[in-house]
Amino acid sequence: MAAPNTRTDNILLDVKGLKKYFPIQKGFLRRVVGYVKAVDDVTFFVREGETLGLVGESGCGKTTAGRTIIRLYEPTGGQVFFKSRLMAGGGEEKLINLAGLDRGQMKLIRREIAMIFQDPINSLNPRMTVGDIIAEPMVIHGQYRKDESEAIIINLLQRVGLRPDHLRRYPHEFSGGQRQRIGIARALSLNPRLVICDEPVSALDVSIQAQTLNLLQDLQRDFNLAYIFVAHDLSVVQHISNRVAVMYVGKIVEMADAEELYLYPLHPYTEALMSAVPKADPKYKSDRIIMQGDVADPSNPPSGCYFHPRCRYAVDICSKQAPEFRELKPDHFVACHLAQDLKLRGI
Amino acid sequence: MTANELLVQIQNLRVEFDVRAGIVKAVDGVTFDIYRGQTLGVIGESGCGKSITARAILQMVPKPGKITAGQVLYHRRAKGSTQTDVINISKLDPDGQLIREIRGGEIGMIFQEPMSSLTPVYNAGSHINEAVSLHRLMPLRKVGDQMAETIRAHRKVTKEESRQIAIEMLRRVGIPKPEQRVDSYPHQLSGGQRQRVMIAIALSCQPVMLIADEPTTALDVSIEAQILDIMREMQRNENMAIMFITHNLGVIAEMAKEIVVMYMGKQVERASTVDIFYDPKHPYTRALLQSIPKVGRKTGTRLASIEGMVPDPFNLPTGCVFHPRCPSFMPGKCDKIAPTWKQLVGDHWVSCLLYEEV
Repeated sequence: MAAPNTRTDNILLDVKGLKKYFPIQKGFLRRVVGYVKAVDDVTFFVREGETLGLVGESGCGKTTAGRTIIRLYEPTGGQVFFKSRLMAGGGEEKLINLAGLDRGQMKLIRREIAMIFQDPINSLNPRMTVGDIIAEPMVIHGQYRKDESEAIIINLLQRVGLRPDHLRRYPHEFSGGQRQRIGIARALSLNPRLVICDEPVSALDVSIQAQTLNLLQDLQRDFNLAYIFVAHDLSVVQHISNRVAVMYVGKIVEMADAEELYLYPLHPYTEALMSAVPKADPKYKSDRIIMQGDVADPSNPPSGCYFHPRCRYAVDICSKQAPEFRELKPDHFVACHLAQDLKLRGI
Repeated sequence: MTANELLVQIQNLRVEFDVRAGIVKAVDGVTFDIYRGQTLGVIGESGCGKSITARAILQMVPKPGKITAGQVLYHRRAKGSTQTDVINISKLDPDGQLIREIRGGEIGMIFQEPMSSLTPVYNAGSHINEAVSLHRLMPLRKVGDQMAETIRAHRKVTKEESRQIAIEMLRRVGIPKPEQRVDSYPHQLSGGQRQRVMIAIALSCQPVMLIADEPTTALDVSIEAQILDIMREMQRNENMAIMFITHNLGVIAEMAKEIVVMYMGKQVERASTVDIFYDPKHPYTRALLQSIPKVGRKTGTRLASIEGMVPDPFNLPTGCVFHPRCPSFMPGKCDKIAPTWKQLVGDHWVSCLLYEEV
């Protein structure tokens, strides 16, 4: 599962300057008085078969970013390039901009990009059997063949660790971990290449969480899946990700190889976040960096670097000029004026 | 601060739920002590009985649950006095005056995610109603008013003072602009903020003991860190005891002095936090520790996971309840003989046949 070294090859998804602003409406006429900049000029890429972790505090826009990529939300700006097989046809691959596609074209793309949701209870229709739930994407996309699809579904069920006789049961008969497996089987029913996982294990118990993470890794290896793994649990994200991107108030502030990012962070926000993770070691002396103030308001962000009011290293320029998101070390991107001079500590 | 002053003793506690499908032994013979100024951690997966144990301490077991055996002894002491009265909480009337003084005032509590658990089912029964008002936010009343009311019920302060205490506590749990937020309604706050309000309410009554049931599970790490700091500060300054229930092993490692591990209503191991993490004895404790991802250098690509699933509570396995999932399963022994609660060395207790001569 080692990430490929070649930078430009193997890139499956290339997001450039993605923006999603939600209008704030007021009064009887629903006048637009401002915008919540949930995703604000976000640039990242995902290679084939790798996992990109997306972390940040609640409200930082990580879920919105995931949903905007497959246009569950319409992007306000930016481009989302995806290497599609179905659009090219004939075994070829073609890089296309998802932001410019119409409904019909987007439907085709949705066979290649699937999604797994956080809540395994509400994301499954209680009145459908497990078999129907897994078959639904095939039916919607006209891929359902009466004679062969049942075998595919049974195969999927076994692949995620459920039994063939579970096919005719209903979601309420299953535990949380099993329901999440049903959700995973459904996401895989159309043979996607990219799966956007939105907090897939945060509602699960520790031992079930371990089983589910192992399952996701096995499936990735067997089907050469790429994952965008959105989560707030930093230890889970490090475990499953090849690379990790850290978001703060709608922007990616740092992106690097998972171990590199955790051990040698370059952005003060990443450093503070890492120091707050409780370590499962009673002999560890915690030395936390307490961030001053509150998370910035995405409808009215501060000037310059959005993190500067809470940053303990902030200098003059930080409040005046927004830092550029640049590659400071090979494959290590950061948006901080002082990144090259700071000596930050990791985990 | 004298060492090891007893505050709450739980002795052989059993709680059963008599439902149509049979009897569920939610808590099955649990024994441990909580000392003043110390933190006891309780870990285990959903359904292991850790939350019901906590509720039993406050006579708040939801219906149709009943305490069927054992007792909860509370060593009560008036503020500033050295005289200690022992109160058997499990014998108290759940609606009585005494338990209502203790509940929320002397023993505070924080439960998981406040508003999402607000259900109309809880309207029945006066003691449940009170319990609701103590640990849940009412949707149609200002946060500050709810806080001030709880504070006034348990502390001798004026209306204006209680509002000031409320604002100060909101600031301490990291709520932005507390002077304004004190007048907002619960639905105007985010889930994390509501949880912090609940924590503020519990701490504003200056309890001698805090029962924290997954208090930070829904929160971000940065907020979690703040909340844990506040709890530790209160503990230092006011010698508050904490019973900390969680499945987050990182949080428990940081907070607890002693840990009880529970599985299917039984305590399987109890030891100091360092022993639990560095020298776990019970196979379940070991498996639990190995199944969590750790931050830092990458060690392996796969997590060790506990095979199988939590058993059906109506149809528990014979012998040791963990045997169908246990990596050290001894056929002919573990499926036939129930292990006993045994002291290994010092304060390390375990319930496992590996440590028994059978």
